Amino acid sequence: MSFEESLKELEGIVDTLEKGQLSLDESLVLFEQGIKLVRKCNTKLKSAQQKVEQLIEENGEVKEEPFEVAINQV
Amino acid sequence: MGFETKGIYTVHEFTLAVKSVLTRGQFNDTWIRGEISNFTNHSSGHRYFTLKDKNSQLHCVMFKWYGKNLKFELEHGMKVLVFGDMDVYEQKGVYQLKVRDVRPDGIGELYKAYEQLKNKLAMEGLFSPDHKKTLPRFPKKIGVATSPTGAVLHDILTVLGRRYPVNILFIPTVVQGDNAGQSIVRSIDVLNKTKVDLIILGRGGGSIEDLWAFNEETVARAIFNSRIPIISAVGHETDFTIADFVADIRAPTPSAAAEIAVPDRLELDNHITRLGQMLIENQRRFVEDMKSHLTDLEDGVKPRLFVEGLTRYIRFIDDLTRRQTSSIGRLMGVKQALLNAHAGKLDAVSPLGTLSRGYSITLKLPGKTLVQRIGDVDRSDEVSIIVSDGKIRCNVNDKEECK
Repeated sequence: MSFEESLKELEGIVDTLEKGQLSLDESLVLFEQGIKLVRKCNTKLKSAQQKVEQLIEENGEVKEEPFEVAINQV
Repeated sequence: MGFETKGIYTVHEFTLAVKSVLTRGQFNDTWIRGEISNFTNHSSGHRYFTLKDKNSQLHCVMFKWYGKNLKFELEHGMKVLVFGDMDVYEQKGVYQLKVRDVRPDGIGELYKAYEQLKNKLAMEGLFSPDHKKTLPRFPKKIGVATSPTGAVLHDILTVLGRRYPVNILFIPTVVQGDNAGQSIVRSIDVLNKTKVDLIILGRGGGSIEDLWAFNEETVARAIFNSRIPIISAVGHETDFTIADFVADIRAPTPSAAAEIAVPDRLELDNHITRLGQMLIENQRRFVEDMKSHLTDLEDGVKPRLFVEGLTRYIRFIDDLTRRQTSSIGRLMGVKQALLNAHAGKLDAVSPLGTLSRGYSITLKLPGKTLVQRIGDVDRSDEVSIIVSDGKIRCNVNDKEECK
Protein backbone atom coordinates (compact mmCIF):
# COMPACT_ATOMS: atom_id res chain seq x y z
CA MET A 1 0.00 0.00 0.00
CA SER A 2 1.31 3.44 -0.84
CA PHE A 3 1.88 6.17 1.71
CA GLU A 4 -1.10 8.08 0.38
CA GLU A 5 -3.39 5.09 0.67
CA SER A 6 -2.08 4.33 4.17
CA LEU A 7 -2.68 7.90 5.29
CA LYS A 8 -6.15 7.93 3.77
CA GLU A 9 -7.01 4.69 5.51
CA LEU A 10 -5.64 5.96 8.80
CA GLU A 11 -7.78 9.06 8.54
CA GLY A 12 -10.77 6.88 7.81
CA ILE A 13 -10.10 4.71 10.85
CA VAL A 14 -9.78 7.69 13.18
CA ASP A 15 -13.04 8.98 11.76
CA THR A 16 -14.83 5.69 12.32
CA LEU A 17 -13.50 5.32 15.83
CA GLU A 18 -14.50 8.86 16.62
CA LYS A 19 -18.10 8.13 15.71
CA GLY A 20 -17.92 5.42 18.37
CA GLN A 21 -20.55 3.06 17.06
CA LEU A 22 -18.45 -0.05 17.17
CA SER A 23 -18.27 -3.08 19.39
CA LEU A 24 -15.23 -3.42 21.61
CA ASP A 25 -13.84 -6.18 19.44
CA GLU A 26 -14.33 -4.19 16.26
CA SER A 27 -12.80 -1.09 17.75
CA LEU A 28 -9.78 -3.03 18.99
CA VAL A 29 -9.19 -4.47 15.54
CA LEU A 30 -9.41 -0.99 14.01
CA PHE A 31 -7.25 0.50 16.71
CA GLU A 32 -4.53 -2.03 16.12
CA GLN A 33 -4.78 -1.44 12.39
CA GLY A 34 -4.58 2.31 12.96
CA ILE A 35 -1.48 2.10 15.12
CA LYS A 36 0.16 -0.07 12.51
CA LEU A 37 -0.70 2.51 9.85
CA VAL A 38 0.77 5.33 11.94
CA ARG A 39 4.00 3.39 12.19
CA LYS A 40 3.93 2.58 8.50
CA CYS A 41 3.28 6.18 7.47
CA ASN A 42 6.05 7.44 9.69
CA THR A 43 8.51 4.89 8.40
CA LYS A 44 7.60 5.56 4.81
CA LEU A 45 7.86 9.29 5.18
CA LYS A 46 11.22 9.02 6.89
CA SER A 47 12.74 6.52 4.51
CA ALA A 48 11.41 8.06 1.31
CA GLN A 49 14.04 9.52 -0.96
CA GLN A 50 13.71 12.09 -3.62
CA LYS A 51 14.66 10.79 -7.04
CA VAL A 52 15.44 13.26 -9.78
CA GLU A 53 15.33 12.20 -13.40
CA GLN A 54 15.77 14.00 -16.64
CA LEU A 55 13.94 13.36 -19.86
CA ILE A 56 16.46 13.04 -22.63
CA GLU A 57 16.21 12.33 -26.27
CA GLU A 58 18.17 9.54 -27.83
CA ASN A 59 17.76 8.52 -31.46
CA GLY A 60 14.51 10.39 -31.61
CA GLU A 61 13.22 8.49 -28.59
CA VAL A 62 12.49 10.14 -25.29
CA LYS A 63 13.64 8.35 -22.15
CA GLU A 64 14.22 9.03 -18.50
CA GLU A 65 17.63 9.13 -16.92
CA PRO A 66 18.89 9.90 -13.44
CA PHE A 67 19.70 13.55 -13.17
CA GLU A 68 22.43 14.85 -10.92
CA VAL A 69 21.96 18.34 -9.67
CA ALA A 70 23.41 20.41 -6.91
CA ILE A 71 20.42 19.38 -4.87
CA ASN A 72 22.77 17.61 -2.49
CA GLN A 73 23.68 20.96 -1.05
CA VAL A 74 20.22 21.14 0.42
CA MET B 1 17.37 60.80 -77.61
CA GLY B 2 15.47 58.68 -80.05
CA PHE B 3 13.97 55.34 -79.21
CA GLU B 4 16.22 53.77 -81.80
CA THR B 5 19.11 53.52 -79.32
CA LYS B 6 17.33 51.76 -76.49
CA GLY B 7 14.46 50.10 -78.30
CA ILE B 8 10.85 49.96 -77.06
CA TYR B 9 9.58 47.84 -74.15
CA THR B 10 6.17 46.47 -73.84
CA VAL B 11 4.59 47.23 -70.47
CA HIS B 12 5.10 43.68 -69.44
CA GLU B 13 8.71 43.62 -70.54
CA PHE B 14 9.37 46.81 -68.64
CA THR B 15 7.70 45.51 -65.55
CA LEU B 16 9.75 42.34 -65.71
CA ALA B 17 12.90 44.40 -66.12
CA VAL B 18 12.08 46.49 -63.08
CA LYS B 19 11.21 43.35 -61.18
CA SER B 20 14.50 41.76 -62.00
CA VAL B 21 16.32 44.80 -60.59
CA LEU B 22 14.22 45.01 -57.45
CA THR B 23 14.25 41.33 -56.62
CA ARG B 24 17.90 40.79 -57.25
CA GLY B 25 18.50 40.25 -53.58
CA GLN B 26 19.33 43.66 -52.27
CA PHE B 27 15.87 43.95 -50.66
CA ASN B 28 15.56 40.40 -49.45
CA ASP B 29 15.40 39.53 -45.75
CA THR B 30 14.61 43.06 -44.81
CA TRP B 31 13.13 44.38 -41.58
CA ILE B 32 10.95 47.44 -41.93
CA ARG B 33 9.29 49.42 -39.17
CA GLY B 34 5.91 51.00 -39.74
CA GLU B 35 2.23 51.15 -38.90
CA ILE B 36 -0.40 48.88 -40.35
CA SER B 37 -3.28 50.36 -42.30
CA ASN B 38 -5.85 49.08 -44.76
CA PHE B 39 -5.55 45.63 -43.28
CA THR B 40 -7.53 42.90 -45.03
CA ASN B 41 -7.61 39.33 -43.85
CA HIS B 42 -8.71 37.76 -47.10
CA SER B 43 -10.85 34.64 -47.20
CA SER B 44 -8.06 32.97 -49.14
CA GLY B 45 -6.01 33.15 -45.93
CA HIS B 46 -3.63 35.78 -47.29
CA ARG B 47 -3.27 39.06 -45.44
CA TYR B 48 -2.99 42.36 -47.26
CA PHE B 49 -2.06 45.65 -45.68
CA THR B 50 -0.21 48.87 -46.18
CA LEU B 51 2.75 49.65 -44.04
CA LYS B 52 3.16 53.36 -43.62
CA ASP B 53 4.93 56.03 -41.75
CA LYS B 54 4.51 59.80 -41.83
CA ASN B 55 5.84 60.18 -45.35
CA SER B 56 5.55 56.90 -47.23
CA GLN B 57 3.52 53.79 -47.83
CA LEU B 58 4.48 50.26 -48.72
CA HIS B 59 2.14 47.56 -50.01
CA CYS B 60 2.51 44.33 -48.12
CA VAL B 61 1.17 40.83 -48.60
CA MET B 62 1.52 38.01 -46.15
CA PHE B 63 0.66 34.66 -47.68
CA LYS B 64 -1.19 32.26 -45.48
CA TRP B 65 1.65 29.77 -45.13
CA TYR B 66 3.66 32.50 -43.42
CA GLY B 67 0.66 33.92 -41.59
CA LYS B 68 -0.03 30.71 -39.70
CA ASN B 69 3.05 31.32 -37.56
CA LEU B 70 1.81 34.70 -36.43
CA LYS B 71 1.69 35.01 -32.65
CA PHE B 72 -1.00 37.67 -32.73
CA GLU B 73 -3.48 39.08 -35.21
CA LEU B 74 -2.69 42.16 -37.19
CA GLU B 75 -4.79 45.23 -36.58
CA HIS B 76 -5.20 48.58 -38.19
CA GLY B 77 -2.94 51.14 -36.54
CA MET B 78 -0.64 48.56 -35.00
CA LYS B 79 3.05 49.46 -34.90
CA VAL B 80 5.02 46.55 -36.21
CA LEU B 81 8.28 45.31 -37.57
CA VAL B 82 7.77 43.36 -40.76
CA PHE B 83 10.26 40.98 -42.24
CA GLY B 84 10.24 39.99 -45.89
CA ASP B 85 11.44 40.24 -49.44
CA MET B 86 10.81 42.79 -52.14
CA ASP B 87 8.51 41.69 -54.93
CA VAL B 88 6.75 43.22 -57.89
CA TYR B 89 3.13 42.45 -58.65
CA GLU B 90 3.28 42.41 -62.41
CA GLN B 91 -0.40 42.66 -63.22
CA LYS B 92 -0.72 45.93 -61.33
CA GLY B 93 2.80 47.16 -61.73
CA VAL B 94 3.25 47.78 -58.06
CA TYR B 95 6.07 46.78 -55.87
CA GLN B 96 5.24 45.17 -52.61
CA LEU B 97 6.82 43.42 -49.70
CA LYS B 98 6.25 39.69 -49.38
CA VAL B 99 6.00 39.51 -45.63
CA ARG B 100 7.33 36.43 -43.85
CA ASP B 101 7.07 37.59 -40.25
CA VAL B 102 5.48 40.38 -38.30
CA ARG B 103 6.40 41.34 -34.76
CA PRO B 104 4.88 43.89 -32.51
CA ASP B 105 7.07 46.93 -32.38
CA GLY B 106 7.75 48.05 -28.85
CA ILE B 107 6.27 47.12 -25.52
CA GLY B 108 3.02 48.91 -26.14
CA GLU B 109 2.38 46.65 -29.08
CA LEU B 110 3.34 43.57 -27.11
CA TYR B 111 0.75 44.50 -24.51
CA LYS B 112 -1.76 45.01 -27.24
CA ALA B 113 -1.06 41.57 -28.63
CA TYR B 114 -1.22 40.17 -25.11
CA GLU B 115 -4.58 41.78 -24.42
CA GLN B 116 -5.87 40.62 -27.75
CA LEU B 117 -5.00 36.99 -27.16
CA LYS B 118 -6.12 37.12 -23.57
CA ASN B 119 -9.56 38.39 -24.59
CA LYS B 120 -9.85 35.82 -27.31
CA LEU B 121 -8.95 32.90 -25.06
CA ALA B 122 -11.14 34.21 -22.26
CA MET B 123 -14.06 34.27 -24.68
CA GLU B 124 -13.31 30.70 -25.61
CA GLY B 125 -13.41 29.76 -21.95
CA LEU B 126 -9.80 28.67 -21.60
CA PHE B 127 -9.49 30.47 -18.27
CA SER B 128 -12.76 29.18 -16.87
CA PRO B 129 -12.58 27.65 -13.39
CA ASP B 130 -14.65 24.76 -14.74
CA HIS B 131 -11.63 23.56 -16.66
CA LYS B 132 -9.19 23.75 -13.78
CA LYS B 133 -7.95 20.32 -12.80
CA THR B 134 -7.48 19.44 -9.17
CA LEU B 135 -3.94 18.93 -7.98
CA PRO B 136 -3.21 15.55 -6.42
CA ARG B 137 -2.76 15.77 -2.65
CA PHE B 138 0.30 13.54 -2.65
CA PRO B 139 1.97 13.55 -6.04
CA LYS B 140 4.40 10.70 -6.56
CA LYS B 141 6.17 12.17 -9.53
CA ILE B 142 6.35 15.75 -10.64
CA GLY B 143 7.34 16.88 -14.09
CA VAL B 144 9.36 20.06 -14.18
CA ALA B 145 9.60 21.91 -17.46
CA THR B 146 12.07 24.74 -17.34
CA SER B 147 15.50 25.77 -18.42
CA PRO B 148 18.37 23.47 -17.38
CA THR B 149 20.37 26.55 -16.53
CA GLY B 150 19.27 29.22 -14.16
CA ALA B 151 17.98 29.30 -10.64
CA VAL B 152 14.45 28.10 -11.34
CA LEU B 153 15.21 24.39 -11.44
CA HIS B 154 17.44 24.67 -8.42
CA ASP B 155 14.81 26.58 -6.46
CA ILE B 156 12.13 24.04 -7.30
CA LEU B 157 14.32 21.05 -6.46
CA THR B 158 15.42 22.67 -3.22
CA VAL B 159 11.92 23.35 -2.01
CA LEU B 160 10.61 19.95 -3.11
CA GLY B 161 13.56 18.23 -1.45
CA ARG B 162 12.95 20.04 1.79
CA ARG B 163 9.20 19.55 1.89
CA TYR B 164 8.39 16.14 0.57
CA PRO B 165 10.15 13.10 -0.90
CA VAL B 166 8.67 13.22 -4.36
CA ASN B 167 10.21 11.97 -7.58
CA ILE B 168 11.02 14.57 -10.15
CA LEU B 169 11.15 14.27 -13.88
CA PHE B 170 12.92 17.21 -15.38
CA ILE B 171 12.55 18.08 -19.03
CA PRO B 172 14.96 20.69 -20.30
CA THR B 173 12.90 23.37 -21.97
CA VAL B 174 13.75 26.51 -23.85
CA VAL B 175 11.90 29.31 -22.07
CA GLN B 176 13.14 32.32 -23.93
CA GLY B 177 13.66 33.30 -27.54
CA ASP B 178 12.22 32.22 -30.84
CA ASN B 179 12.06 28.49 -30.12
CA ALA B 180 10.68 28.86 -26.61
CA GLY B 181 7.00 28.49 -27.48
CA GLN B 182 7.60 25.38 -29.52
CA SER B 183 9.85 23.91 -26.85
CA ILE B 184 7.30 24.53 -24.08
CA VAL B 185 4.53 22.95 -26.13
CA ARG B 186 6.71 19.94 -26.80
CA SER B 187 7.67 19.56 -23.14
CA ILE B 188 4.04 19.60 -22.10
CA ASP B 189 3.17 17.03 -24.75
CA VAL B 190 6.07 14.77 -23.79
CA LEU B 191 5.31 15.00 -20.07
CA ASN B 192 1.72 14.08 -20.85
CA LYS B 193 3.03 10.78 -22.12
CA THR B 194 4.86 10.04 -18.87
CA LYS B 195 3.47 9.06 -15.50
CA VAL B 196 3.91 12.39 -13.75
CA ASP B 197 0.99 13.47 -11.54
CA LEU B 198 1.67 17.13 -11.94
CA ILE B 199 3.66 19.55 -14.09
CA ILE B 200 5.44 22.67 -12.95
CA LEU B 201 6.03 25.02 -15.84
CA GLY B 202 8.54 27.57 -14.68
CA ARG B 203 10.64 30.47 -15.67
CA GLY B 204 12.43 33.17 -13.77
CA GLY B 205 11.63 36.83 -14.01
CA GLY B 206 12.33 38.93 -17.04
CA SER B 207 11.00 41.60 -19.35
CA ILE B 208 7.77 41.10 -21.21
CA GLU B 209 9.82 40.15 -24.24
CA ASP B 210 11.70 37.56 -22.22
CA LEU B 211 8.45 36.06 -20.98
CA TRP B 212 6.80 36.29 -24.33
CA ALA B 213 6.69 32.58 -25.09
CA PHE B 214 4.29 32.20 -22.16
CA ASN B 215 1.90 34.57 -23.90
CA GLU B 216 1.72 32.56 -27.08
CA GLU B 217 -1.48 30.95 -28.17
CA THR B 218 0.07 27.55 -28.88
CA VAL B 219 1.47 27.46 -25.36
CA ALA B 220 -1.87 28.46 -23.90
CA ARG B 221 -3.62 25.70 -25.82
CA ALA B 222 -1.03 23.11 -24.89
CA ILE B 223 -1.57 23.96 -21.21
CA PHE B 224 -5.32 23.84 -21.68
CA ASN B 225 -5.18 20.47 -23.41
CA SER B 226 -2.81 18.93 -20.92
CA ARG B 227 -4.31 15.86 -19.26
CA ILE B 228 -2.01 16.45 -16.30
CA PRO B 229 -2.58 19.42 -14.00
CA ILE B 230 -0.14 22.25 -14.54
CA ILE B 231 1.17 24.81 -12.08
CA SER B 232 2.57 27.81 -13.85
CA ALA B 233 5.31 29.81 -12.23
CA VAL B 234 6.45 32.38 -14.69
CA GLY B 235 8.42 35.43 -13.76
CA HIS B 236 7.87 37.35 -10.58
CA GLU B 237 4.84 37.86 -8.49
CA THR B 238 3.71 40.83 -10.56
CA ASP B 239 4.07 39.16 -13.94
CA PHE B 240 0.90 37.65 -15.27
CA THR B 241 1.30 35.69 -18.46
CA ILE B 242 -1.45 34.04 -20.44
CA ALA B 243 0.04 30.71 -19.39
CA ASP B 244 -0.75 31.73 -15.81
CA PHE B 245 -4.40 32.26 -16.66
CA VAL B 246 -4.79 28.94 -18.43
CA ALA B 247 -2.80 26.91 -15.92
CA ASP B 248 -4.70 25.00 -13.27
CA ILE B 249 -2.92 27.01 -10.62
CA ARG B 250 -0.70 30.03 -10.90
CA ALA B 251 2.19 30.26 -8.49
CA PRO B 252 3.79 33.64 -7.92
CA THR B 253 7.30 32.17 -8.09
CA PRO B 254 8.91 28.82 -8.92
CA SER B 255 9.59 28.20 -5.21
CA ALA B 256 5.96 28.87 -4.45
CA ALA B 257 4.99 26.43 -7.20
CA ALA B 258 7.00 23.74 -5.44
CA GLU B 259 5.30 24.59 -2.16
CA ILE B 260 1.89 24.33 -3.77
CA ALA B 261 2.81 21.07 -5.47
CA VAL B 262 3.56 19.00 -2.39
CA PRO B 263 2.53 18.83 1.23
CA ASP B 264 5.07 19.76 3.85
CA ARG B 265 6.87 16.82 5.39
CA LEU B 266 6.82 18.42 8.83
CA GLU B 267 3.15 19.23 8.64
CA LEU B 268 2.51 15.72 7.44
CA ASP B 269 4.58 14.35 10.28
CA ASN B 270 2.51 16.35 12.72
CA HIS B 271 -0.65 15.26 11.01
CA ILE B 272 0.29 11.60 11.39
CA THR B 273 1.31 12.13 15.01
CA ARG B 274 -2.01 13.86 15.62
CA LEU B 275 -3.88 11.01 14.00
CA GLY B 276 -1.97 8.56 16.20
CA GLN B 277 -2.83 10.55 19.30
CA MET B 278 -6.45 10.76 18.32
CA LEU B 279 -6.43 7.03 17.75
CA ILE B 280 -5.03 6.34 21.21
CA GLU B 281 -7.23 8.93 22.88
CA ASN B 282 -10.31 7.53 21.18
CA GLN B 283 -9.48 4.01 22.15
CA ARG B 284 -8.65 5.00 25.73
CA ARG B 285 -11.98 6.78 26.01
CA PHE B 286 -13.75 3.86 24.44
CA VAL B 287 -12.18 1.42 26.90
CA GLU B 288 -12.99 3.81 29.79
CA ASP B 289 -16.61 3.92 28.68
CA MET B 290 -16.72 0.17 28.43
CA LYS B 291 -15.15 -0.15 31.84
CA SER B 292 -17.61 2.14 33.56
CA HIS B 293 -20.45 0.41 31.79
CA LEU B 294 -19.08 -2.88 33.05
CA THR B 295 -18.86 -1.49 36.58
CA ASP B 296 -22.49 -0.52 36.34
CA LEU B 297 -23.39 -4.00 35.28
CA GLU B 298 -21.22 -5.51 37.97
CA ASP B 299 -23.05 -3.49 40.61
CA GLY B 300 -26.19 -5.20 39.49
CA VAL B 301 -24.84 -8.64 40.40
CA LYS B 302 -22.99 -7.90 43.66
CA PRO B 303 -23.05 -10.86 46.23
CA ARG B 304 -24.62 -8.74 48.98
CA LEU B 305 -27.56 -7.98 46.79
CA PHE B 306 -27.66 -11.52 45.63
CA VAL B 307 -27.91 -12.80 49.24
CA GLU B 308 -30.52 -10.21 49.99
CA GLY B 309 -32.54 -11.42 47.12
CA LEU B 310 -32.06 -14.97 48.22
CA THR B 311 -33.13 -14.23 51.80
CA ARG B 312 -36.26 -12.68 50.52
CA TYR B 313 -37.06 -15.87 48.70
CA ILE B 314 -36.28 -17.97 51.77
CA ARG B 315 -38.54 -15.87 53.92
CA PHE B 316 -41.29 -16.13 51.42
CA ILE B 317 -40.95 -19.87 51.31
CA ASP B 318 -40.89 -20.07 55.13
CA ASP B 319 -43.97 -18.01 55.25
CA LEU B 320 -45.71 -20.26 52.79
CA THR B 321 -44.66 -23.29 54.82
CA ARG B 322 -46.01 -21.78 58.01
CA ARG B 323 -49.28 -20.86 56.45
CA GLN B 324 -49.56 -24.29 55.00
CA THR B 325 -48.86 -26.00 58.37
CA SER B 326 -51.28 -23.89 60.29
CA SER B 327 -54.05 -24.32 57.81
CA ILE B 328 -53.49 -28.07 57.77
CA GLY B 329 -53.60 -28.06 61.60
CA ARG B 330 -56.83 -26.20 61.58
CA LEU B 331 -58.30 -28.56 59.08
CA MET B 332 -57.19 -31.53 61.19
CA GLY B 333 -58.87 -30.06 64.29
CA VAL B 334 -62.13 -29.72 62.49
CA LYS B 335 -61.90 -33.22 61.15
CA GLN B 336 -61.05 -34.53 64.63
CA ALA B 337 -64.08 -32.87 66.12
CA LEU B 338 -66.21 -34.27 63.38
CA LEU B 339 -64.72 -37.67 63.97
CA ASN B 340 -65.42 -37.48 67.69
CA ALA B 341 -68.99 -36.58 67.06
CA HIS B 342 -69.40 -39.48 64.72
CA ALA B 343 -67.62 -41.77 67.18
CA GLY B 344 -70.15 -40.86 69.91
CA LYS B 345 -73.01 -41.69 67.66
CA LEU B 346 -71.32 -44.90 66.72
CA ASP B 347 -70.92 -45.75 70.36
CA ALA B 348 -74.61 -45.37 70.88
CA VAL B 349 -75.36 -48.10 68.41
CA SER B 350 -72.46 -50.34 69.37
CA PRO B 351 -73.28 -53.92 70.58
CA LEU B 352 -70.75 -53.33 73.30
CA GLY B 353 -73.15 -50.89 74.95
CA THR B 354 -75.84 -53.51 74.80
CA LEU B 355 -73.52 -56.07 76.43
CA SER B 356 -72.76 -53.68 79.27
CA ARG B 357 -76.45 -53.49 79.95
CA GLY B 358 -76.53 -57.31 80.54
CA TYR B 359 -77.18 -58.66 77.12
CA SER B 360 -74.87 -61.17 75.49
CA ILE B 361 -74.03 -62.42 72.02
CA THR B 362 -73.80 -66.04 71.18
CA LEU B 363 -71.63 -67.32 68.42
CA LYS B 364 -71.68 -70.87 67.16
CA LEU B 365 -68.26 -72.45 66.96
CA PRO B 366 -66.19 -73.13 65.13
CA GLY B 367 -67.61 -70.80 62.45
CA LYS B 368 -68.42 -67.99 64.91
CA THR B 369 -71.80 -67.55 63.27
CA LEU B 370 -74.21 -65.41 65.13
CA VAL B 371 -76.88 -67.38 66.96
CA GLN B 372 -80.16 -65.52 66.66
CA ARG B 373 -82.68 -68.32 66.44
CA ILE B 374 -83.17 -71.65 68.11
CA GLY B 375 -82.62 -73.34 64.80
CA ASP B 376 -79.16 -71.91 64.62
CA VAL B 377 -77.78 -74.47 67.07
CA ASP B 378 -78.17 -78.15 67.79
CA ARG B 379 -77.59 -80.14 70.92
CA SER B 380 -73.89 -80.68 71.74
CA ASP B 381 -72.88 -77.75 69.53
CA GLU B 382 -70.09 -75.68 70.98
CA VAL B 383 -70.89 -72.01 71.37
CA SER B 384 -69.09 -68.96 72.59
CA ILE B 385 -71.05 -66.41 74.60
CA ILE B 386 -69.74 -62.93 74.57
CA VAL B 387 -70.53 -60.87 77.65
CA SER B 388 -69.47 -57.40 78.58
CA ASP B 389 -66.10 -58.39 79.97
CA GLY B 390 -65.28 -61.76 78.36
CA LYS B 391 -66.29 -65.00 76.62
CA ILE B 392 -67.84 -68.12 77.97
CA ARG B 393 -67.47 -71.43 76.15
CA CYS B 394 -70.46 -73.71 76.52
CA ASN B 395 -71.97 -76.83 75.10
CA VAL B 396 -75.60 -76.89 74.17
CA ASN B 397 -77.30 -79.38 76.44
CA ASP B 398 -80.81 -78.80 75.37
CA LYS B 399 -82.88 -76.29 73.46
CA GLU B 400 -86.41 -75.18 73.66
CA GLU B 401 -88.35 -73.07 71.39
CA CYS B 402 -90.53 -70.38 72.86
CA LYS B 403 -93.98 -70.30 71.56
